[in-house]
Amino acid sequence: MHGAVRRGGVVVLGVLVLLAAVAASLTVGSRHIPLAEALDALLHPAPTEAALIVRELRVPRTLVGLEVGAALALAGVIMQALTRNPLAEARVLGVSAGAATGVVCAIAFAGAASLASWIWFGLAGAAVAGALVFAVAARTRDGSGPVSLALSGAAIDAGLGAVIYGILSIDAATFEQYRFWVVGSIAGRTPAMAGQVAPFLLVGLVLAVVSARGLDALALGDDVARGLGHRIQRVRLAAAVAAIVLTGAAVALAGPIAFVGLAVPHLARALVGTAHRWVLPLSALLGAALVLFADVLGRVITPPGEVPAGVVTALVGAPVLLWLVRRARVVTA
Amino acid sequence: MRLAGQDLVVGYDDRTVIDGLSVEIPSGQLTVIIGPNACGKSTLLRALGRLLKPRGGSVLLDGELLHELPPRQVAQRLGVLPQSPLVPEGVTVADLVARGRQPHQRWWQQWSPADQEAVKTALADADIVELADRPVEALSGGQRQRVWIAMALAQQTEALLLDEPTTFLDVAHQVEVLRLMRRLQQGGRTVVAVLHELNQAARYADHVIAMKDGRIVAAGPPADVITAPLITDVFALDCTVIPCPVTATPLVIPNP
Repeated sequence: MHGAVRRGGVVVLGVLVLLAAVAASLTVGSRHIPLAEALDALLHPAPTEAALIVRELRVPRTLVGLEVGAALALAGVIMQALTRNPLAEARVLGVSAGAATGVVCAIAFAGAASLASWIWFGLAGAAVAGALVFAVAARTRDGSGPVSLALSGAAIDAGLGAVIYGILSIDAATFEQYRFWVVGSIAGRTPAMAGQVAPFLLVGLVLAVVSARGLDALALGDDVARGLGHRIQRVRLAAAVAAIVLTGAAVALAGPIAFVGLAVPHLARALVGTAHRWVLPLSALLGAALVLFADVLGRVITPPGEVPAGVVTALVGAPVLLWLVRRARVVTA
Repeated sequence: MRLAGQDLVVGYDDRTVIDGLSVEIPSGQLTVIIGPNACGKSTLLRALGRLLKPRGGSVLLDGELLHELPPRQVAQRLGVLPQSPLVPEGVTVADLVARGRQPHQRWWQQWSPADQEAVKTALADADIVELADRPVEALSGGQRQRVWIAMALAQQTEALLLDEPTTFLDVAHQVEVLRLMRRLQQGGRTVVAVLHELNQAARYADHVIAMKDGRIVAAGPPADVITAPLITDVFALDCTVIPCPVTATPLVIPNP
Protein backbone atom coordinates (compact mmCIF):
# COMPACT_ATOMS: atom_id res chain seq x y z
CA MET A 1 0.00 0.00 0.00
CA HIS A 2 1.15 3.49 -0.80
CA GLY A 3 -0.29 5.57 2.01
CA ALA A 4 0.78 9.18 2.26
CA VAL A 5 2.55 8.44 5.56
CA ARG A 6 4.53 5.58 4.06
CA ARG A 7 5.45 7.63 1.01
CA GLY A 8 6.42 10.56 3.18
CA GLY A 9 8.66 8.19 5.11
CA VAL A 10 10.34 7.06 1.90
CA VAL A 11 10.98 10.67 0.90
CA VAL A 12 12.52 11.36 4.32
CA LEU A 13 14.73 8.30 3.81
CA GLY A 14 15.68 9.72 0.43
CA VAL A 15 16.77 12.95 2.13
CA LEU A 16 18.92 10.95 4.58
CA VAL A 17 20.52 8.97 1.76
CA LEU A 18 21.30 12.19 -0.05
CA LEU A 19 22.81 13.73 3.11
CA ALA A 20 25.01 10.65 3.46
CA ALA A 21 26.08 11.08 -0.16
CA VAL A 22 26.93 14.74 0.43
CA ALA A 23 28.94 13.82 3.52
CA ALA A 24 30.83 11.16 1.58
CA SER A 25 31.47 13.57 -1.27
CA LEU A 26 32.97 16.12 1.15
CA THR A 27 35.15 13.68 3.05
CA VAL A 28 36.25 10.84 0.75
CA GLY A 29 39.04 11.20 -1.77
CA SER A 30 42.74 10.75 -2.33
CA ARG A 31 43.01 12.58 0.95
CA HIS A 32 40.45 11.57 3.57
CA ILE A 33 39.11 14.51 5.54
CA PRO A 34 37.00 13.64 8.61
CA LEU A 35 33.46 15.02 8.48
CA ALA A 36 33.97 17.29 11.49
CA GLU A 37 37.01 18.82 9.87
CA ALA A 38 35.21 19.22 6.55
CA LEU A 39 32.26 20.99 8.21
CA ASP A 40 34.67 23.15 10.15
CA ALA A 41 36.36 24.14 6.90
CA LEU A 42 33.00 25.17 5.53
CA LEU A 43 32.13 27.36 8.46
CA HIS A 44 35.53 28.80 9.35
CA PRO A 45 37.74 29.46 6.35
CA ALA A 46 41.24 28.60 7.49
CA PRO A 47 44.27 28.43 5.19
CA THR A 48 44.91 24.76 5.95
CA GLU A 49 45.36 22.29 3.13
CA ALA A 50 42.30 20.30 4.18
CA ALA A 51 40.12 23.41 4.26
CA LEU A 52 41.32 24.40 0.80
CA ILE A 53 40.56 20.98 -0.62
CA VAL A 54 37.07 21.05 0.84
CA ARG A 55 36.25 24.60 -0.21
CA GLU A 56 37.93 24.73 -3.60
CA LEU A 57 37.45 21.20 -4.86
CA ARG A 58 34.92 19.16 -3.00
CA VAL A 59 32.18 21.71 -2.40
CA PRO A 60 31.90 22.76 -6.06
CA ARG A 61 32.06 19.13 -7.11
CA THR A 62 29.31 18.23 -4.67
CA LEU A 63 27.13 21.13 -5.82
CA VAL A 64 27.54 20.08 -9.43
CA GLY A 65 26.71 16.49 -8.50
CA LEU A 66 23.53 17.60 -6.76
CA GLU A 67 22.46 19.71 -9.71
CA VAL A 68 23.28 17.17 -12.38
CA GLY A 69 21.89 14.13 -10.58
CA ALA A 70 18.61 15.80 -9.67
CA ALA A 71 18.19 17.32 -13.14
CA LEU A 72 18.86 14.09 -15.03
CA ALA A 73 16.53 12.08 -12.80
CA LEU A 74 13.69 14.63 -13.11
CA ALA A 75 14.16 14.80 -16.87
CA GLY A 76 14.08 10.99 -17.01
CA VAL A 77 10.77 10.85 -15.14
CA ILE A 78 9.25 13.43 -17.48
CA MET A 79 10.54 11.83 -20.66
CA GLN A 80 9.31 8.40 -19.59
CA ALA A 81 5.89 9.90 -18.90
CA LEU A 82 5.72 11.94 -22.12
CA THR A 83 6.73 9.04 -24.36
CA ARG A 84 4.98 6.36 -22.22
CA ASN A 85 8.24 4.53 -22.72
CA PRO A 86 9.98 2.98 -19.71
CA LEU A 87 13.31 3.14 -21.53
CA ALA A 88 13.19 6.87 -22.18
CA GLU A 89 16.03 9.04 -20.85
CA ALA A 90 18.17 12.00 -21.87
CA ARG A 91 18.83 10.64 -25.34
CA VAL A 92 15.22 10.19 -26.25
CA LEU A 93 14.30 13.76 -27.10
CA GLY A 94 17.59 14.32 -28.91
CA VAL A 95 18.61 16.73 -26.17
CA SER A 96 21.76 14.93 -25.16
CA ALA A 97 22.93 14.71 -28.75
CA GLY A 98 22.08 18.39 -29.19
CA ALA A 99 24.28 19.36 -26.26
CA ALA A 100 27.09 17.14 -27.54
CA THR A 101 26.85 18.70 -30.99
CA GLY A 102 27.05 22.13 -29.42
CA VAL A 103 30.19 21.16 -27.52
CA VAL A 104 31.85 19.53 -30.53
CA CYS A 105 31.16 22.58 -32.68
CA ALA A 106 32.48 24.83 -29.93
CA ILE A 107 35.76 22.92 -29.85
CA ALA A 108 36.14 22.39 -33.58
CA PHE A 109 34.95 25.72 -35.00
CA ALA A 110 34.99 28.28 -32.18
CA GLY A 111 38.24 27.18 -30.60
CA ALA A 112 36.59 27.03 -27.20
CA ALA A 113 38.91 25.09 -24.95
CA SER A 114 37.46 25.32 -21.46
CA LEU A 115 34.62 23.56 -19.70
CA ALA A 116 33.16 26.95 -18.80
CA SER A 117 32.88 28.07 -22.41
CA TRP A 118 31.39 24.76 -23.49
CA ILE A 119 28.41 25.17 -21.17
CA TRP A 120 26.74 27.78 -23.34
CA PHE A 121 27.32 25.84 -26.52
CA GLY A 122 25.98 22.72 -24.86
CA LEU A 123 22.88 24.55 -23.64
CA ALA A 124 22.26 26.11 -27.03
CA GLY A 125 22.68 22.78 -28.80
CA ALA A 126 20.31 21.07 -26.37
CA ALA A 127 17.70 23.81 -26.79
CA VAL A 128 17.82 23.75 -30.60
CA ALA A 129 17.62 19.95 -30.77
CA GLY A 130 14.84 19.73 -28.17
CA ALA A 131 12.81 22.50 -29.82
CA LEU A 132 13.21 20.85 -33.21
CA VAL A 133 12.05 17.48 -31.90
CA PHE A 134 9.02 18.97 -30.19
CA ALA A 135 8.11 21.16 -33.16
CA VAL A 136 8.22 18.21 -35.55
CA ALA A 137 6.22 16.01 -33.17
CA ALA A 138 3.62 18.72 -32.53
CA ARG A 139 2.78 18.87 -36.23
CA THR A 140 1.89 15.20 -36.45
CA ARG A 141 -1.58 13.76 -36.22
CA ASP A 142 -1.27 12.69 -32.60
CA GLY A 143 0.02 16.14 -31.66
CA SER A 144 3.32 15.52 -29.84
CA GLY A 145 2.00 12.22 -28.54
CA PRO A 146 4.27 9.45 -27.27
CA VAL A 147 5.05 7.85 -30.61
CA SER A 148 5.75 11.01 -32.60
CA LEU A 149 7.95 12.40 -29.79
CA ALA A 150 9.97 9.20 -29.51
CA LEU A 151 10.40 8.84 -33.26
CA SER A 152 11.36 12.43 -34.03
CA GLY A 153 13.69 12.32 -31.01
CA ALA A 154 15.34 9.15 -32.31
CA ALA A 155 15.72 10.72 -35.75
CA ILE A 156 17.36 13.88 -34.41
CA ASP A 157 19.55 11.80 -32.08
CA ALA A 158 20.78 9.68 -34.97
CA GLY A 159 21.28 12.66 -37.30
CA LEU A 160 23.24 14.63 -34.74
CA GLY A 161 25.25 11.53 -33.85
CA ALA A 162 26.36 11.40 -37.48
CA VAL A 163 27.35 15.07 -37.37
CA ILE A 164 29.32 14.56 -34.16
CA TYR A 165 31.22 11.52 -35.36
CA GLY A 166 31.73 13.10 -38.76
CA ILE A 167 33.51 16.06 -37.18
CA LEU A 168 35.44 13.92 -34.72
CA SER A 169 36.64 11.49 -37.36
CA ILE A 170 38.36 14.20 -39.37
CA ASP A 171 39.52 16.32 -36.46
CA ALA A 172 41.71 14.42 -34.00
CA ALA A 173 42.50 17.49 -31.92
CA THR A 174 38.82 18.08 -31.23
CA PHE A 175 38.36 14.44 -30.31
CA GLU A 176 41.21 14.75 -27.79
CA GLN A 177 39.26 17.43 -25.88
CA TYR A 178 35.79 16.08 -26.55
CA ARG A 179 36.51 12.70 -25.01
CA PHE A 180 37.02 14.29 -21.61
CA TRP A 181 33.62 15.86 -21.80
CA VAL A 182 31.71 12.96 -23.31
CA VAL A 183 32.40 10.39 -20.58
CA GLY A 184 30.51 12.59 -18.12
CA SER A 185 32.17 13.86 -14.99
CA ILE A 186 31.48 16.31 -12.22
CA ALA A 187 35.15 16.92 -11.43
CA GLY A 188 36.94 20.14 -12.31
CA ARG A 189 33.82 22.31 -12.44
CA THR A 190 33.93 25.67 -10.69
CA PRO A 191 31.26 27.23 -8.46
CA ALA A 192 30.75 29.80 -11.21
CA MET A 193 29.84 27.05 -13.63
CA ALA A 194 27.42 25.55 -11.14
CA GLY A 195 25.90 29.02 -10.83
CA GLN A 196 25.58 29.49 -14.57
CA VAL A 197 23.26 26.53 -15.02
CA ALA A 198 21.33 27.10 -11.79
CA PRO A 199 18.69 29.43 -13.33
CA PHE A 200 17.97 26.86 -16.03
CA LEU A 201 17.60 24.12 -13.46
CA LEU A 202 15.23 26.31 -11.47
CA VAL A 203 13.03 26.92 -14.53
CA GLY A 204 13.03 23.20 -15.28
CA LEU A 205 12.19 22.36 -11.70
CA VAL A 206 9.24 24.75 -11.56
CA LEU A 207 7.87 23.48 -14.87
CA ALA A 208 8.27 19.88 -13.67
CA VAL A 209 6.30 20.61 -10.51
CA VAL A 210 3.59 22.42 -12.48
CA SER A 211 3.33 19.48 -14.91
CA ALA A 212 3.06 16.78 -12.22
CA ARG A 213 -0.74 16.49 -12.21
CA GLY A 214 -0.97 16.74 -15.97
CA LEU A 215 1.49 13.89 -16.36
CA ASP A 216 -0.58 11.77 -13.96
CA ALA A 217 -3.62 12.41 -16.15
CA LEU A 218 -1.79 11.82 -19.44
CA ALA A 219 -0.71 8.41 -18.15
CA LEU A 220 -4.38 7.38 -18.35
CA GLY A 221 -4.64 8.35 -22.03
CA ASP A 222 -5.27 11.59 -23.89
CA ASP A 223 -9.05 11.37 -23.63
CA VAL A 224 -9.03 10.85 -19.86
CA ALA A 225 -6.63 13.77 -19.49
CA ARG A 226 -8.96 15.98 -21.54
CA GLY A 227 -11.91 14.76 -19.49
CA LEU A 228 -10.07 15.78 -16.32
CA GLY A 229 -9.83 19.31 -17.64
CA HIS A 230 -6.27 19.41 -18.98
CA ARG A 231 -5.20 21.20 -22.13
CA ILE A 232 -3.00 18.32 -23.15
CA GLN A 233 -0.88 20.16 -25.70
CA ARG A 234 -0.04 22.70 -23.04
CA VAL A 235 0.84 20.01 -20.49
CA ARG A 236 3.08 18.29 -23.04
CA LEU A 237 4.77 21.55 -23.98
CA ALA A 238 5.48 22.53 -20.35
CA ALA A 239 6.76 19.06 -19.51
CA ALA A 240 8.90 18.84 -22.64
CA VAL A 241 10.45 22.25 -21.99
CA ALA A 242 11.20 21.12 -18.43
CA ALA A 243 12.88 17.94 -19.68
CA ILE A 244 14.84 19.79 -22.35
CA VAL A 245 16.05 22.53 -20.02
CA LEU A 246 16.98 20.11 -17.23
CA THR A 247 18.81 17.71 -19.53
CA GLY A 248 20.46 20.51 -21.48
CA ALA A 249 21.79 22.19 -18.35
CA ALA A 250 22.99 18.94 -16.78
CA VAL A 251 24.68 17.66 -19.92
CA ALA A 252 26.27 21.01 -20.70
CA LEU A 253 27.70 21.10 -17.20
CA ALA A 254 28.85 17.51 -16.72
CA GLY A 255 28.65 15.74 -20.05
CA PRO A 256 26.15 13.00 -20.82
CA ILE A 257 26.17 11.05 -17.57
CA ALA A 258 24.39 7.86 -18.46
CA PHE A 259 21.82 5.80 -16.67
CA VAL A 260 20.62 8.26 -14.00
CA GLY A 261 17.63 9.35 -16.06
CA LEU A 262 16.81 5.77 -16.96
CA ALA A 263 17.18 3.90 -13.68
CA VAL A 264 16.26 6.40 -10.97
CA PRO A 265 12.64 6.96 -12.08
CA HIS A 266 12.05 3.19 -11.98
CA LEU A 267 13.50 2.95 -8.50
CA ALA A 268 11.36 5.88 -7.34
CA ARG A 269 8.17 4.40 -8.80
CA ALA A 270 8.91 1.06 -7.17
CA LEU A 271 9.12 2.88 -3.84
CA VAL A 272 6.25 5.40 -3.96
CA GLY A 273 3.94 4.35 -6.78
CA THR A 274 3.19 6.27 -9.96
CA ALA A 275 1.84 9.65 -8.78
CA HIS A 276 4.24 12.30 -10.01
CA ARG A 277 3.92 14.51 -6.96
CA TRP A 278 5.84 11.74 -5.16
CA VAL A 279 7.93 10.33 -8.00
CA LEU A 280 9.44 13.71 -8.99
CA PRO A 281 10.83 14.77 -5.58
CA LEU A 282 12.05 11.28 -4.70
CA SER A 283 13.75 10.93 -8.10
CA ALA A 284 15.51 14.26 -7.64
CA LEU A 285 16.83 13.11 -4.25
CA LEU A 286 17.92 9.67 -5.43
CA GLY A 287 19.36 10.96 -8.70
CA ALA A 288 21.56 13.43 -6.85
CA ALA A 289 22.58 10.72 -4.38
CA LEU A 290 23.42 8.27 -7.19
CA VAL A 291 25.67 10.74 -9.01
CA LEU A 292 27.45 11.72 -5.78
CA PHE A 293 27.99 8.12 -4.67
CA ALA A 294 29.19 7.22 -8.16
CA ASP A 295 31.61 10.12 -8.10
CA VAL A 296 32.89 9.17 -4.62
CA LEU A 297 33.36 5.59 -5.72
CA GLY A 298 35.22 6.78 -8.81
CA ARG A 299 37.66 8.68 -6.60
CA VAL A 300 38.76 5.59 -4.70
CA ILE A 301 38.53 2.53 -6.93
CA THR A 302 41.66 3.16 -9.03
CA PRO A 303 44.10 5.11 -6.85
CA PRO A 304 45.84 7.36 -7.50
CA GLY A 305 43.73 8.00 -10.60
CA GLU A 306 39.99 8.73 -10.78
CA VAL A 307 37.20 7.11 -12.76
CA PRO A 308 34.67 9.74 -13.99
CA ALA A 309 31.19 9.64 -12.47
CA GLY A 310 29.67 9.01 -15.89
CA VAL A 311 31.41 5.65 -16.02
CA VAL A 312 30.51 4.65 -12.48
CA THR A 313 26.78 5.58 -12.60
CA ALA A 314 26.13 2.83 -15.11
CA LEU A 315 28.29 0.46 -13.10
CA VAL A 316 26.28 1.17 -9.96
CA GLY A 317 22.94 1.66 -11.69
CA ALA A 318 22.87 -1.48 -13.80
CA PRO A 319 22.55 -3.91 -10.87
CA VAL A 320 19.81 -1.76 -9.36
CA LEU A 321 17.83 -1.84 -12.59
CA LEU A 322 18.37 -5.58 -12.96
CA TRP A 323 17.08 -6.08 -9.45
CA LEU A 324 13.99 -4.02 -10.28
CA VAL A 325 13.35 -6.03 -13.44
CA ARG A 326 13.64 -9.30 -11.56
CA ARG A 327 11.40 -8.06 -8.78
CA ALA A 328 8.77 -6.87 -11.26
CA ARG A 329 8.76 -10.26 -12.94
CA VAL A 330 8.25 -12.01 -9.63
CA VAL A 331 5.29 -9.74 -8.83
CA THR A 332 3.41 -10.13 -12.10
CA ALA A 333 4.15 -13.81 -12.72
CA MET B 1 -27.60 20.71 -15.70
CA ARG B 2 -28.70 21.14 -19.30
CA LEU B 3 -26.57 19.62 -22.02
CA ALA B 4 -27.47 20.06 -25.66
CA GLY B 5 -25.93 20.09 -29.12
CA GLN B 6 -27.05 22.36 -31.95
CA ASP B 7 -26.36 21.77 -35.64
CA LEU B 8 -23.24 19.78 -34.73
CA VAL B 9 -20.71 18.92 -37.39
CA VAL B 10 -18.11 16.53 -36.00
CA GLY B 11 -15.45 14.35 -37.57
CA TYR B 12 -11.88 13.16 -37.58
CA ASP B 13 -9.26 14.50 -39.99
CA ASP B 14 -10.90 14.52 -43.42
CA ARG B 15 -13.87 12.36 -42.45
CA THR B 16 -17.11 13.95 -41.32
CA VAL B 17 -19.06 11.58 -39.08
CA ILE B 18 -21.86 13.82 -37.89
CA ASP B 19 -23.24 16.55 -40.12
CA GLY B 20 -25.84 18.91 -38.72
CA LEU B 21 -27.16 17.07 -35.68
CA SER B 22 -29.13 18.61 -32.84
CA VAL B 23 -29.71 16.82 -29.55
CA GLU B 24 -31.07 17.54 -26.10
CA ILE B 25 -29.94 15.49 -23.08
CA PRO B 26 -32.74 15.33 -20.52
CA SER B 27 -31.55 16.52 -17.15
CA GLY B 28 -31.47 14.06 -14.24
CA GLN B 29 -32.25 11.08 -16.44
CA LEU B 30 -30.39 8.05 -17.70
CA THR B 31 -29.97 8.48 -21.44
CA VAL B 32 -28.71 5.66 -23.64
CA ILE B 33 -27.45 6.17 -27.16
CA ILE B 34 -27.89 3.18 -29.48
CA GLY B 35 -27.07 2.52 -33.10
CA PRO B 36 -25.04 0.27 -35.36
CA ASN B 37 -21.23 0.39 -35.45
CA ALA B 38 -19.79 3.54 -37.01
CA CYS B 39 -23.11 5.41 -36.78
CA GLY B 40 -21.44 8.24 -34.86
CA LYS B 41 -22.68 7.53 -31.34
CA SER B 42 -19.24 7.61 -29.74
CA THR B 43 -18.37 10.66 -31.81
CA LEU B 44 -21.47 12.42 -30.51
CA LEU B 45 -20.60 11.48 -26.92
CA ARG B 46 -17.04 12.73 -27.38
CA ALA B 47 -18.28 16.03 -28.76
CA LEU B 48 -20.75 16.43 -25.87
CA GLY B 49 -17.94 15.59 -23.43
CA ARG B 50 -15.50 18.14 -24.88
CA LEU B 51 -13.08 15.41 -25.99
CA LEU B 52 -13.60 16.40 -29.61
CA LYS B 53 -14.06 19.92 -30.91
CA PRO B 54 -16.98 20.19 -33.35
CA ARG B 55 -16.21 21.75 -36.72
CA GLY B 56 -19.57 23.38 -36.78
CA GLY B 57 -22.51 24.03 -34.49
CA SER B 58 -22.20 24.20 -30.74
CA VAL B 59 -22.51 22.21 -27.55
CA LEU B 60 -24.32 24.08 -24.81
CA LEU B 61 -23.76 23.40 -21.12
CA ASP B 62 -26.40 25.27 -19.13
CA GLY B 63 -26.70 27.66 -22.07
CA GLU B 64 -22.96 28.37 -22.28
CA LEU B 65 -20.76 27.34 -25.19
CA LEU B 66 -18.97 24.23 -23.91
CA HIS B 67 -15.88 24.61 -26.05
CA GLU B 68 -15.29 28.17 -24.92
CA LEU B 69 -15.48 27.45 -21.20
CA PRO B 70 -12.19 26.84 -19.34
CA PRO B 71 -11.53 23.06 -19.54
CA ARG B 72 -11.01 22.77 -15.80
CA GLN B 73 -14.40 24.37 -15.11
CA VAL B 74 -16.08 21.99 -17.57
CA ALA B 75 -14.37 19.05 -15.84
CA GLN B 76 -15.94 20.14 -12.55
CA ARG B 77 -19.41 19.84 -14.08
CA LEU B 78 -19.06 17.12 -16.69
CA GLY B 79 -17.37 13.74 -16.15
CA VAL B 80 -16.39 11.69 -19.18
CA LEU B 81 -15.27 8.09 -19.34
CA PRO B 82 -13.74 7.37 -22.75
CA GLN B 83 -13.77 3.97 -24.37
CA SER B 84 -10.35 2.51 -23.65
CA PRO B 85 -8.40 4.38 -21.02
CA LEU B 86 -4.82 3.29 -20.32
CA VAL B 87 -3.80 1.65 -17.08
CA PRO B 88 -0.28 2.68 -16.10
CA GLU B 89 1.69 -0.15 -14.56
CA GLY B 90 1.74 -0.21 -10.79
CA VAL B 91 -1.06 2.28 -10.18
CA THR B 92 -3.36 1.33 -7.30
CA VAL B 93 -7.13 1.69 -7.31
CA ALA B 94 -7.07 4.45 -4.72
CA ASP B 95 -4.39 6.30 -6.70
CA LEU B 96 -6.33 6.10 -9.91
CA VAL B 97 -9.63 7.17 -8.35
CA ALA B 98 -7.79 10.06 -6.67
CA ARG B 99 -6.86 11.39 -10.11
CA GLY B 100 -10.55 12.13 -10.63
CA ARG B 101 -10.03 14.97 -8.15
CA GLN B 102 -7.72 16.85 -10.48
CA PRO B 103 -10.28 19.36 -11.77
CA HIS B 104 -10.75 20.49 -8.17
CA GLN B 105 -7.04 20.87 -7.45
CA ARG B 106 -4.32 23.34 -8.26
CA TRP B 107 -0.69 22.47 -8.67
CA TRP B 108 0.16 24.20 -5.42
CA GLN B 109 -2.77 22.59 -3.60
CA GLN B 110 -2.73 18.96 -4.53
CA TRP B 111 -4.61 17.21 -1.79
CA SER B 112 -7.31 18.30 0.69
CA PRO B 113 -9.74 16.67 3.15
CA ALA B 114 -12.50 17.31 0.61
CA ASP B 115 -10.53 15.27 -1.92
CA GLN B 116 -10.11 12.49 0.62
CA GLU B 117 -13.83 12.48 1.32
CA ALA B 118 -14.78 12.48 -2.37
CA VAL B 119 -12.51 9.52 -3.08
CA LYS B 120 -13.96 7.60 -0.14
CA THR B 121 -17.50 8.24 -1.34
CA ALA B 122 -16.63 7.31 -4.92
CA LEU B 123 -15.06 4.02 -3.82
CA ALA B 124 -18.15 3.24 -1.75
CA ASP B 125 -20.60 4.21 -4.52
CA ALA B 126 -18.80 2.02 -7.04
CA ASP B 127 -18.63 -0.72 -4.41
CA ILE B 128 -14.86 -1.16 -4.61
CA VAL B 129 -13.75 -0.06 -1.13
CA GLU B 130 -12.04 -3.40 -0.52
CA LEU B 131 -10.02 -3.03 -3.75
CA ALA B 132 -8.52 0.33 -2.78
CA ASP B 133 -4.94 -0.85 -2.34
CA ARG B 134 -4.85 -3.35 -5.21
CA PRO B 135 -2.93 -2.60 -8.41
CA VAL B 136 -5.46 -1.86 -11.17
CA GLU B 137 -3.75 -4.15 -13.70
CA ALA B 138 -4.44 -7.13 -11.43
CA LEU B 139 -8.23 -6.61 -11.50
CA SER B 140 -10.84 -8.32 -13.65
CA GLY B 141 -12.54 -6.40 -16.47
CA GLY B 142 -15.68 -5.80 -14.42
CA GLN B 143 -13.73 -4.52 -11.43
CA ARG B 144 -11.62 -2.31 -13.66
CA GLN B 145 -14.69 -0.75 -15.22
CA ARG B 146 -16.03 0.07 -11.76
CA VAL B 147 -12.67 1.62 -10.89
CA TRP B 148 -12.89 3.91 -13.92
CA ILE B 149 -16.46 4.84 -13.05
CA ALA B 150 -15.30 5.55 -9.50
CA MET B 151 -12.65 7.90 -10.90
CA ALA B 152 -15.33 9.77 -12.82
CA LEU B 153 -17.48 9.81 -9.65
CA ALA B 154 -14.65 11.33 -7.61
CA GLN B 155 -14.83 14.21 -10.07
CA GLN B 156 -18.22 14.95 -8.44
CA THR B 157 -19.88 16.24 -11.56
CA GLU B 158 -23.59 16.68 -12.13
CA ALA B 159 -23.37 14.80 -15.42
CA LEU B 160 -21.53 11.66 -16.39
CA LEU B 161 -20.90 10.55 -19.99
CA LEU B 162 -19.84 6.92 -20.45
CA ASP B 163 -18.64 5.49 -23.77
CA GLU B 164 -19.55 1.79 -23.98
CA PRO B 165 -19.06 1.09 -20.27
CA THR B 166 -20.29 -2.51 -20.59
CA THR B 167 -18.30 -3.64 -23.61
CA PHE B 168 -15.94 -6.55 -22.91
CA LEU B 169 -17.77 -7.46 -19.70
CA ASP B 170 -19.63 -10.69 -19.06
CA VAL B 171 -23.38 -10.40 -18.55
CA ALA B 172 -23.25 -10.32 -14.75
CA HIS B 173 -20.68 -7.53 -14.78
CA GLN B 174 -22.68 -5.69 -17.45
CA VAL B 175 -25.73 -5.72 -15.19
CA GLU B 176 -23.59 -4.58 -12.29
CA VAL B 177 -22.43 -1.53 -14.23
CA LEU B 178 -25.96 -0.81 -15.46
CA ARG B 179 -27.31 -0.95 -11.90
CA LEU B 180 -24.55 1.40 -10.81
CA MET B 181 -25.55 3.83 -13.58
CA ARG B 182 -29.15 3.57 -12.45
CA ARG B 183 -28.16 4.30 -8.81
CA LEU B 184 -26.16 7.32 -9.93
CA GLN B 185 -29.14 8.67 -11.86
CA GLN B 186 -31.36 8.09 -8.85
CA GLY B 187 -28.82 9.99 -6.78
CA GLY B 188 -29.56 13.05 -8.93
CA ARG B 189 -27.00 12.83 -11.71
CA THR B 190 -27.56 13.14 -15.42
CA VAL B 191 -26.09 9.99 -16.97
CA VAL B 192 -25.46 9.38 -20.67
CA ALA B 193 -24.07 6.10 -21.98
CA VAL B 194 -23.39 4.49 -25.32
CA LEU B 195 -24.60 0.87 -25.17
CA HIS B 196 -24.75 -1.97 -27.67
CA GLU B 197 -27.22 -4.24 -25.91
CA LEU B 198 -30.69 -3.09 -26.95
CA ASN B 199 -32.56 -5.00 -24.26
CA GLN B 200 -30.39 -3.49 -21.56
CA ALA B 201 -30.95 -0.07 -23.06
CA ALA B 202 -34.69 -0.71 -23.06
CA ARG B 203 -34.64 -1.86 -19.47
CA TYR B 204 -32.40 0.71 -17.80
CA ALA B 205 -32.78 3.88 -19.87
CA ASP B 206 -35.23 6.69 -19.20
CA HIS B 207 -34.47 8.15 -22.59
CA VAL B 208 -33.16 6.43 -25.69
CA ILE B 209 -31.46 8.12 -28.64
CA ALA B 210 -31.26 5.95 -31.77
CA MET B 211 -28.66 6.93 -34.35
CA LYS B 212 -27.91 5.89 -37.91
CA ASP B 213 -25.37 7.34 -40.36
CA GLY B 214 -24.55 10.29 -38.12
CA ARG B 215 -28.19 11.29 -37.67
CA ILE B 216 -30.65 10.86 -34.84
CA VAL B 217 -33.48 8.67 -36.10
CA ALA B 218 -35.59 8.72 -32.98
CA ALA B 219 -35.38 9.88 -29.36
CA GLY B 220 -37.72 9.32 -26.44
CA PRO B 221 -38.77 6.78 -23.81
CA PRO B 222 -37.64 3.20 -24.59
CA ALA B 223 -41.16 2.01 -25.37
CA ASP B 224 -41.53 4.70 -28.06
CA VAL B 225 -38.10 4.25 -29.65
CA ILE B 226 -37.39 0.54 -29.44
CA THR B 227 -40.02 -0.76 -31.83
CA ALA B 228 -39.75 -3.43 -34.49
CA PRO B 229 -39.95 -1.05 -37.47
CA LEU B 230 -37.33 1.28 -36.02
CA ILE B 231 -34.85 -1.44 -35.05
CA THR B 232 -35.33 -3.04 -38.46
CA ASP B 233 -34.57 0.30 -40.08
CA VAL B 234 -31.65 1.37 -37.87
CA PHE B 235 -29.82 -1.94 -37.55
CA ALA B 236 -31.09 -3.55 -40.76
CA LEU B 237 -32.19 -6.40 -38.53
CA ASP B 238 -35.45 -8.24 -39.07
CA CYS B 239 -36.87 -8.59 -35.56
CA THR B 240 -39.88 -8.85 -33.29
CA VAL B 241 -40.33 -6.63 -30.23
CA ILE B 242 -42.44 -7.93 -27.36
CA PRO B 243 -42.97 -6.58 -23.85
CA CYS B 244 -40.47 -8.12 -21.44
CA PRO B 245 -42.32 -10.65 -19.23
CA VAL B 246 -40.43 -9.36 -16.17
CA THR B 247 -40.24 -5.59 -16.60
CA ALA B 248 -42.68 -4.91 -19.46
CA THR B 249 -39.97 -2.90 -21.22
CA PRO B 250 -39.44 -3.64 -24.94
CA LEU B 251 -37.61 -6.89 -25.66
CA VAL B 252 -35.94 -7.24 -29.05
CA ILE B 253 -35.91 -10.74 -30.50
CA PRO B 254 -34.13 -11.17 -33.86
CA ASN B 255 -36.29 -13.16 -36.23
CA PRO B 256 -34.91 -16.55 -37.18
